[in-house]
Amino acid sequence: MDMTQAIILTVMTAATPLLLAALGELVVERSGVLNLGVEGMMIMGAVAAFAVAQLTGSAMAGAVGGMLAGLLFSLLFGVLTLTLVANQVATGLALTILGLGLSGMMGEAFIGLPGLKLEAVAIPLMSDIPFFGRILFNQDPIFYVSILAVIGVHWFLFKTRAGLKLRAIGDNHGSAHALGIKVIRTRYLAVMFGGACAGLAGAHLSIVYTPQWVENMTAGRGWIALALVVFASWRPGRVLAGAYLFGAVSIGQLHAQAFGMGIPSQFLSALPYLATIAVLVIISLNRRMTLINTPASLGKSFVPER
Amino acid sequence: MRIELQKRPGQSALFSILSPFIALGLTLVAGVILFAALGKNPFDALYSFFIEPLTEVWSLHELAVKAAPLILIAVGLSICYRSNNWNIGAEGQFIIGAMAGSILPVVFHDWQSPLVLPLMLVFGMVGGALYAAIPAFLKARLNTNEILTSLMLVYVAQLFLDWVVRGPWRNPEGFNFPETRSFHEYAVLPEMIASGKTHWGFGFALLAALLLWFVMRRTLKGFEIAVLGQSARAGRFAGFSDKGMVFFAFMVSGALAGLAGISEVSGAIEQLRPVISPGYGFTAIIVAFLGRLNPLGIVAAGLILALTYLGGEAAQISIGITDKVSRLFQGLLLFFVLGCDTLIHYRITLVQTGLATRQGGTA
Repeated sequence: MDMTQAIILTVMTAATPLLLAALGELVVERSGVLNLGVEGMMIMGAVAAFAVAQLTGSAMAGAVGGMLAGLLFSLLFGVLTLTLVANQVATGLALTILGLGLSGMMGEAFIGLPGLKLEAVAIPLMSDIPFFGRILFNQDPIFYVSILAVIGVHWFLFKTRAGLKLRAIGDNHGSAHALGIKVIRTRYLAVMFGGACAGLAGAHLSIVYTPQWVENMTAGRGWIALALVVFASWRPGRVLAGAYLFGAVSIGQLHAQAFGMGIPSQFLSALPYLATIAVLVIISLNRRMTLINTPASLGKSFVPER
Repeated sequence: MRIELQKRPGQSALFSILSPFIALGLTLVAGVILFAALGKNPFDALYSFFIEPLTEVWSLHELAVKAAPLILIAVGLSICYRSNNWNIGAEGQFIIGAMAGSILPVVFHDWQSPLVLPLMLVFGMVGGALYAAIPAFLKARLNTNEILTSLMLVYVAQLFLDWVVRGPWRNPEGFNFPETRSFHEYAVLPEMIASGKTHWGFGFALLAALLLWFVMRRTLKGFEIAVLGQSARAGRFAGFSDKGMVFFAFMVSGALAGLAGISEVSGAIEQLRPVISPGYGFTAIIVAFLGRLNPLGIVAAGLILALTYLGGEAAQISIGITDKVSRLFQGLLLFFVLGCDTLIHYRITLVQTGLATRQGGTA
């Protein structure tokens, strides 16, 4: 394996959790719900995946466990914001605070333990393609899921009736309700999908990216995923591009740290966060684009009138 | 059976007062279940978590020291949240305030004069306010989402502090430990009460709460905050500037977070270290909501959340459970507070699933 391949591979590994989490949140936001708890769901996914992998001895079971943990955790958000119409911003923050606390407690016993790694699966024939085969078809299963999810979400949102309904709810929940579309039920399903994606993204961190448990190991990736959704103007294809861009930035700064170059490592570590701000600013400069693309009901509570 | 919400004609006065207490009660119930699940006697655990820290003078002082930054930050956040500005980067403003305030005792440590402390406090407030002005500027001028920018700046501030204490500001006589030199006597915030270590930061917190309570209740600015928070459009018709309010809310809360930062550093830690806050800026968000965004309510809420920090430490020593339980309690509390707030605006009824769903089913 040459150097280029190695670098591309690490970028992809860094991008996968961002991609998954952002893709889940994209569907949630398209349905008009703003769930700021991505970071919390992700960290719950990470700790649950690590725990399940330890208990069962199977990293694959860990991945499923992480996904389920994210899904269950997102239901808390669903009950509060959809059934009890609590403020979505505040509830999302609560989910993150609770997730960081709960995962810290659950993970206490795992600190320092060697983790199980989800091994790469080579796809027969395809992985023999020169150069690209090694990169694209000899990856961990979560990577394949993330790419299939991009295609699946795009197809669902723009090619199916259910996707059309979901977008209609996100743009005007009042009218959608009047047309007989189940607003609350659809939103619950969207929130659960977002939770499962964030959970799987967290699982990727603790069983693929760095197979171990470290407290707060998501390190703001959930928030970066939220920014990616805005950056992508709520389009799955652009989320893919954005996630890989951010993967490249975070791997680039790691390499720069390794080479030293006289720049303090803290400045380089700050780069992904500064890049997030820069990207948000650039996107918001085009105000009309933002207005057109933002789901019009985003963040607004809905109580069905009888 | 399903839950249905009915909008109340107005806010329920009863539940406005009761809801924080119901939330506290539910958190305690969750605590009982949690401790029982961990195999501890839940009532012993709750005693050492919530009562024991209140039984001794020194721990009451400890409570005030922990409550001070929480109240200061949360009071500022209440202005932000009431005016619909989602500043969640108070942790970063706290850190930058602490750093700006520490310039005098760390870099110009030879200048020792009674003027140092007041200047430090001013620097701290200015530092916090300017750091908060960044997301405010991005929101008001460029329409950038302030939630994400203010949060990202927390990570940047943490890394900046880390660099400063390991690099340029490291104590030259400190055996390479990542910390600055200790503050000289003129740079230390004095104690407020003779019996213990409660420093003047607690006094600032009470003062700030009273002042902002007055501003919100009795002044035009308070009315402006409320109107713009309800509807930016209505506010514009009344001649209020919604962009001006973005700057006002962010910079006031940034200044208070900065004051909290420099008070903590000069009153409690007396030097800069790589980590100077156990997440005060985030816990203060819970304080603000538990206090129902009312400065006086926030004083009470700040004391309660400070108790969860102390309780965590106490429970770790006396019954051997991890102090991370406090983070869990804080998160649960915010959940219950938000859930209970629904009772203020809605009447919750359980309805039999009958005709209504059957009609829905055919649609």
